[in-house]
Amino acid sequence: MRRNGDVIARTLASITGGLETALFAETLAGKPGLLQRLDPRTKILSFLALILATSLSVNPVGLVGLYALALLLACAGQVPLGWFVKRVWVFMPFFTGVIAIPALFNLVTPGQPVLVLASGLSGNFGPISLPADVSITEQGLRTASFLVLRVADSVSFGLLLVMTTPWAHVTKALRVLHVPQIFILILAMTHRYVFLLLHTATSMLLARESRRVGRLKGSQKRRWLAGVLGSLMGKSYHLSNEVYLAMLSRGFQGEPRLANAFRMRPLDYVWLMFSVLPLAGSMVRW
Amino acid sequence: MHIPDGYLSPVTCAVMYAASTPFWAMAARRTRELMASRMVPLLSVFSAFAFVIMMFNIPLPGGTSGHAVGGTLIAVVLGPWAAIVGVSVALLIQAVFFGDGGILTFGANAFNMAIVLPMVGYGVYRLIAGGSPASSWRRVAGAGIGGYLGLNAGAFFTAVEFGLQPLLFHTADGTPLYSPFGLSTAIPAMMVPHLLVAGVAEAVVTVLVVRYLQASHPALLEKVTPEQPATALNLRWLWGMVAALVILSPLGLLAPGTAWGEWGTDQLEGVGLTFIPQGLEQLEGFWSAPLAEYSLGTWEPILAYALSGAIGVLVIAFITWLLTRQRVVAPRTR
Repeated sequence: MRRNGDVIARTLASITGGLETALFAETLAGKPGLLQRLDPRTKILSFLALILATSLSVNPVGLVGLYALALLLACAGQVPLGWFVKRVWVFMPFFTGVIAIPALFNLVTPGQPVLVLASGLSGNFGPISLPADVSITEQGLRTASFLVLRVADSVSFGLLLVMTTPWAHVTKALRVLHVPQIFILILAMTHRYVFLLLHTATSMLLARESRRVGRLKGSQKRRWLAGVLGSLMGKSYHLSNEVYLAMLSRGFQGEPRLANAFRMRPLDYVWLMFSVLPLAGSMVRW
Repeated sequence: MHIPDGYLSPVTCAVMYAASTPFWAMAARRTRELMASRMVPLLSVFSAFAFVIMMFNIPLPGGTSGHAVGGTLIAVVLGPWAAIVGVSVALLIQAVFFGDGGILTFGANAFNMAIVLPMVGYGVYRLIAGGSPASSWRRVAGAGIGGYLGLNAGAFFTAVEFGLQPLLFHTADGTPLYSPFGLSTAIPAMMVPHLLVAGVAEAVVTVLVVRYLQASHPALLEKVTPEQPATALNLRWLWGMVAALVILSPLGLLAPGTAWGEWGTDQLEGVGLTFIPQGLEQLEGFWSAPLAEYSLGTWEPILAYALSGAIGVLVIAFITWLLTRQRVVAPRTR
């Protein structure tokens, strides 16, 4: 919901941004950190356990502790700390803040006032009746901090998992979660074609944009973008036919066979034990 | 509409995974039946295409812009089951790879955007387009209206999932643990922008791309996959689901209070209103429904609730039947 402005430039920017992140992730995944040395299967299970612990925790102190753990793991995974912290917190005000900030006030979360912002407002405005004071409540503070901390923790753990594991390993390791092989193959191939199609889309947009003189009206831009998407759809269909023939001619019979060279090492078992601790802790209510 | 981790309780996430799983299983079976060994490349490339659609920023009339999901568009070309797989895979890649949408909430996101959206969108499309030829304007209208309604249906489910959090999950003193806003806030907050902006973006993309395909790739709007006569089976499924909903409807009796916005004047005081608006007082009693308050006299309330639901469904079905009696020609099968 932003101004019309230059939608083409924004689309291009978001595509290149995505490609950049992917490239950065591949670089990080190749570094010799602790997280990179773990077996991908262990890593998926353990990070799921950590995210679940975040989700189950009903204690703000526990949530702060989990964030500290995420920072520690980022160091262990040689993820640049500044980037890691910024990536999580820069977007926070836009999405979570919009939801968390109104929850601070007694209008949404009634309770013990901590800070009274305005008083003597009492009255009815149509169907809305205002309370006498507008204040930030203790309950509201707790609600908002729960939400913000929980989102920060989950996003951090998710980010750590993704940034330190090559996509090919993520998909293969999904087999421990009993994801059918056919889905794993589709996931792996989709990832491959996402980049191809993003590249094609960028080329189409740039080719036209670089030949454009003057300004386009909104309706012209809409038609053009829809044309790009439509012809991309045609290309996708054509491409899928060619890929199908290529697979067929190489002996594909409908059942994928994935090579699996993962090996569990002592480090993996130690790590797995360790990662279950926060989950156990979060289930204890005190 | 991408719900990040932290907004929904783990229980809700588990429920949403459980709700999505049968659809995924069904989609896997149907696509395999329909496409055989072509399924892998076709779905892979179209999942990638679904991902790319979501990156496009669409300028809208009135100076704003929005993103589309494209679920209805894919359902129009490949059928609803393939759309479920395609959009699910695209959402998974967005969640895992780009951090857009959570990992625990993936089940919920997939349910809203990859299952509800294309199912509703495709249903509406079929209802309007019927067996019309690929170049017909009914295809365009059906796809556009389907896209709009499908996206808003998805947004509505999202809003309900948000809105249930403070009701169901809070600490002993009532502090909400997850998303803090109840249904009365979550539904309007979610629906207004989706009705005004995101739904329009979805409809615009669907209409313009379908028109482009009619002009440039009409073959894609013929049956790409040798799909079975969809109506018979889909309808049976739909009726099964309606029946399940009717049977489950007495669950609402467990909830304390009345649905938001459905109070009688005597209940308004409890909601925090200190006076009864005069107009409301006058209007109440203006219309007394034949099955007022969904009860049939002295009957057991639960049975009465389910029966009222069934009668309501039958009435709606009858009206729909009357309206659609000019039946469209059965879809061609190849």
